Amino acid sequence: MTLSLEFLVASGIGWITACGIYLMLRGRSFPVVLGLTLLGYAVNMFIFAMGRLWLAMPPIVGAADGAADPLPQALVLTAIVIGFATTGLVIEMALRSRHEAGTDHVDGGDAGGPR
Amino acid sequence: MNVLARLLQEHLPVLPVLLPLATALLLLALGDGAGERGRPALSRARAVSIVSAALGLLLAVQLALDADAGGWRVYRVGDWPAPFGIALVVDRLSALMLLLTQLLLLPVAVYASGGWDAHGRHFHALLHLQVMGLNGAFVTGDLFNLFVFFEVLLVASYVLLVHAQGRERFRFGVPYVVLNLAASALFLIGVSLVYAAAGTLNLAHLAVRVAQVAPADTALLQAGAMLLLVVFGFKAALLPLHLWLPGTYAAACAPVSALFAIMTKVGVYAILRVHGVVFGDGAGASARLVQDWLLPLALASSLVAVLGALAAGTLPRLVGWLTIASVGTILAALGLFTAEGWSAALFYMVNSTLVIAALFLLSELVGAQRGEVGERLEPAGPVAQPTLLGTMLLLLAASMVGLPPLPGFIGKLMILQAAQGPVTPWLWSVVLLVGFFSLVGLARAGSLLFWAVEPGRGGGASGASPRLLIATLSLLALLLATAVAAGPLQRYTDAAAAQLADRAGAARAVLGNAGAAQALRPYRGLDAQGGHR
Repeated sequence: MTLSLEFLVASGIGWITACGIYLMLRGRSFPVVLGLTLLGYAVNMFIFAMGRLWLAMPPIVGAADGAADPLPQALVLTAIVIGFATTGLVIEMALRSRHEAGTDHVDGGDAGGPR
Repeated sequence: MNVLARLLQEHLPVLPVLLPLATALLLLALGDGAGERGRPALSRARAVSIVSAALGLLLAVQLALDADAGGWRVYRVGDWPAPFGIALVVDRLSALMLLLTQLLLLPVAVYASGGWDAHGRHFHALLHLQVMGLNGAFVTGDLFNLFVFFEVLLVASYVLLVHAQGRERFRFGVPYVVLNLAASALFLIGVSLVYAAAGTLNLAHLAVRVAQVAPADTALLQAGAMLLLVVFGFKAALLPLHLWLPGTYAAACAPVSALFAIMTKVGVYAILRVHGVVFGDGAGASARLVQDWLLPLALASSLVAVLGALAAGTLPRLVGWLTIASVGTILAALGLFTAEGWSAALFYMVNSTLVIAALFLLSELVGAQRGEVGERLEPAGPVAQPTLLGTMLLLLAASMVGLPPLPGFIGKLMILQAAQGPVTPWLWSVVLLVGFFSLVGLARAGSLLFWAVEPGRGGGASGASPRLLIATLSLLALLLATAVAAGPLQRYTDAAAAQLADRAGAARAVLGNAGAAQALRPYRGLDAQGGHR
């Protein structure tokens, strides 16, 4: 059995998304932040794949037969920058929230673990 | 002078984005003097903020007057041709939303200058950044830029929400940020699915393309569109994605929640633009894609929200639930997919935004005069200004509920008249029931706040400061002005709805003559299936 590139990319994105969603459903802020980050990676890969997977194509329009679609690449760049900034912000807010409330559990309680 | 006027006229569509950005940068550079004695820097920041808000209002009025002449104002950033570059498009709907945002910003800036802006840093800069995001979302003609401006307004809102800090604000702030980031991820997935199927992100171009999508790609396109409905529905607090709103809005300080009154409307606007127009009539296999979902969900969310309003324990929470109820009413009218329905929705949106914003400001004014009971709906000592505040609450409640002659009545009447076909009994009964339950909830709140007085307990010592009162009263005056100018406003919203339905006109204006004839994807080559497109 040969694995196609499409199968590898698709299942990879699916796996990262599943991990990201699992972590986002956890009750403490650190796994949630990790989950958001993983989800961000999966989304970036997904946008990239939505420009179709091109093999041996020039990145810009030239003399060749065609070109890889540059628009998803531009979108991914924007999404990466925004994702980085918002992750920084959510970490800062989670730290402040931990400081204000004395716990970082989503219910405000402590689920039995060490503080 | 002529050159300047021409330059201003030429670049008018981009100015609602650039002005708040420049103001925010200026405010950040000047600083707001946190920690200084006497704070001369703070009064300077207030002056800059209010002057900029007034300028923005003038711009929005000019754009609305221009838009009312008909036609689409297209601004091509960097003069790139439309489907490839970034296009800003101002039509009647965009101009109306810009005007509404700026009308809200000015009282909010004045109200915040009454003291809230001193409770944390850079309030005014963040306020203008948020307005930049709002204005950008309203003028952009491109789905991806809609995402970018959503992020701008959200990032500003994250910080504004926790302005003045405190445990309660962070308790709601962190989940708000996390939920919105998850929604942003869904937004990106939806946008890229739509791009994968249609090969464009320009909204006018997309409206042309969705009808031409190959049958094999239709499922992909529709999946993307439904994901976008989830995202916009989350922003608009559509059932079952509404639970974040009441607590979050109630936790924010009053001027911030007043400005947030327009944030749910951004979701409504995006649903109208994307699902109403692009996936509306004339979209081929995807025509009226969300109709089966939008109307029932909207009616259900307005009904659930009004029950929540009956159970609310504080005045801001009550207003938060009423926000959801009014958004549900607006979305139900959008879900009719007729020009009359859209016009009614736009008319009611103007009313509900002003009412909700004024109610958030008013609830703090009332709460400040009730001692330690504050905004909780419990008996307390008498407020210092019962007649003034009571009359304001009465008028706002009447417009919220939909009693004549206030604009809420006219808006609801337009919605009821727009209903046709088998949905009519559902729409009529839900809208009228929601009105009745809102009346009960607001009457309970009003009688508890102003009549259930325990004379022994000392209430708030003094009346509200003039600046806070002027800001709240100006929103009320706007509401009354809407009632007086209901005729012209209705003509405007009718024209806006008709303009939205004119897909061919929009495509001609944005794309020129070339756009419609282009091949499905601009870039060719071997695609994943190994064949030439």
